[in-house]
Amino acid sequence: MPPTDIAHPTVPTLVAPDRLKPKFTRHIKERLVELLLMCCGLVAVFTTVAITAILVYESIGFFNYVSVWDFFTGTVWTPLFENPSYGILPLISGTLTITAVAMLVAVPMGTVIAIYLSEFAPHKLREIIKPALELIQAVPTIVFGYFALLFVTPMLQATILPGLPGFNMLVPGIVIGVATIPTIASLSEDAMRAVPMAMREGAYAMGANKMQTALTVVMPAAVSGVVAAFVLATARAIGETMIVAIAAGQNANFTFNPMEAAATLTAYIAQVSMGDLEHGSVGYRSIFAAGLVLLIMTLVLNLTGHFLRRRYRRAY
Amino acid sequence: MVTNLQERPAQHAATQIKAEVRNLNFYYGEFKSLKSVSMSLEERKVTALIGPSGCGKSTLLRCFNRMHDLYPGNRYEGEINLKPDDVNILSKDVDPIEVRMRIGMVFQKPNPFPKSIYENVAYGLRVRGVKSRARIDEQVEQALRDAALWEEAKNRLDDLAFNLSGGQQQRLCIARALAADPEIVLFDEPTSALDPIATASIEELISSLKKKVTILIVTHNMQQAARVSDYTAYMYLGELIEFGETDAIFVKPKRKETEDYITGRFG
Repeated sequence: MPPTDIAHPTVPTLVAPDRLKPKFTRHIKERLVELLLMCCGLVAVFTTVAITAILVYESIGFFNYVSVWDFFTGTVWTPLFENPSYGILPLISGTLTITAVAMLVAVPMGTVIAIYLSEFAPHKLREIIKPALELIQAVPTIVFGYFALLFVTPMLQATILPGLPGFNMLVPGIVIGVATIPTIASLSEDAMRAVPMAMREGAYAMGANKMQTALTVVMPAAVSGVVAAFVLATARAIGETMIVAIAAGQNANFTFNPMEAAATLTAYIAQVSMGDLEHGSVGYRSIFAAGLVLLIMTLVLNLTGHFLRRRYRRAY
Repeated sequence: MVTNLQERPAQHAATQIKAEVRNLNFYYGEFKSLKSVSMSLEERKVTALIGPSGCGKSTLLRCFNRMHDLYPGNRYEGEINLKPDDVNILSKDVDPIEVRMRIGMVFQKPNPFPKSIYENVAYGLRVRGVKSRARIDEQVEQALRDAALWEEAKNRLDDLAFNLSGGQQQRLCIARALAADPEIVLFDEPTSALDPIATASIEELISSLKKKVTILIVTHNMQQAARVSDYTAYMYLGELIEFGETDAIFVKPKRKETEDYITGRFG
């Protein structure tokens, strides 16, 4: 028996040495799969970048005709008239007013529903209510739009608001709010349910009742998710097109009064892009300028949401 | 074959009973988790519950503040008689919230609320509707002192509780329980998530707290039970095997099962 070196023991060779060499075909296959997956991922990034680039490019063309100052301070938006005026404020005021009305409806309702579902509802009831609520999201927004124009507005006119014009910002705001409730309720409920049971038990053990536990312990613990739900819902409300295009009227009014008719950024884009505008005209390019403003608004919201989430995020 | 209080040496006859468990059965749905448990808590003493995992010690502890009421399908039988009221706190006529107002609890993992240090301690007072700022200030300070956290926390009362270390968070949870002036404090394995130094400080704290409150502690650590408790109950498979003075249990247990467990032969 040969003397064995303890530090370097001889290992009997069980496999042919080339068995451990890299396999060329396997390597290629792995790389191909990786490449394919990366391409799929890049599609989303590429789309966003391309849309932004086109918006910016066409907007630059627009701003060669219209000064940026006039665009952001003008209160008259008549790009298709013979004597056009390009002040974006009426579209922004319409967008903000309708979004505000929508959030006034959706935030309290959505939050209350989330609290009920997460903290109060018996398990079986929750399993029925939550999917039913999410079903609202399956209703096409055009149906909501006609519902707003042909049902909700006449109903309000006949009952509590006789002076309400046929086209107004109030009703589309309310209807968007209702359409957005599930977003807030569902996301907030997820956030609240993710709060560890130990924290609830801590509150109950202190003698808190269900409402106190929900409001003073669970809600603050879930605040990042709840705020994210609000922000996402707001971004959706801003981007909502069909309901406002149908029920808010399409004349750009610089007003924050929800009882008046107005147009929003989205409604304007929808209205004009379906018409026969000359490609490359200022009117045509105004769509892109409006689109850019819309994109900036949602971007600011998303960044705010992101910031708030980071600000309040905690690991439990 | 449970050693009960009457068999205890006479020098303890003068101490008061704070709560008495009589023939307590507990069911998680169909599963009978506590089997005819009878024992008592002496006022201003530390009583430890020991036993292997799944023996029902935490289940028993959580009966004292009706924690099981939070989940459907749980059922109590028998009674826990709280003195001096002489009321069965497990009775359906007793509001669990009222029970929890008088019996505080500290959990296995520190579970501070997402609030400031001050607001965590003040929580119980706020829940009880105390509005006086002066009174809340005073009780928060007292509770933090009692929990040996005042010196570390007094200059950062408005900091979020999550910024404290694990051991400090657990002392904060103890302060939170104490601020509400409870008669009994339940500790559910309060040091199992802590390092040895933090554990030592919590144990020290528990020993000093018994001047003020009655303490029931669940621990998986037998040395801990030996160090902090006056009375020890050994549980196994939902039954109370032996209950008596800690010294007696650890030095000469009456039951073979207890001896096997504390000498480390199983568990």
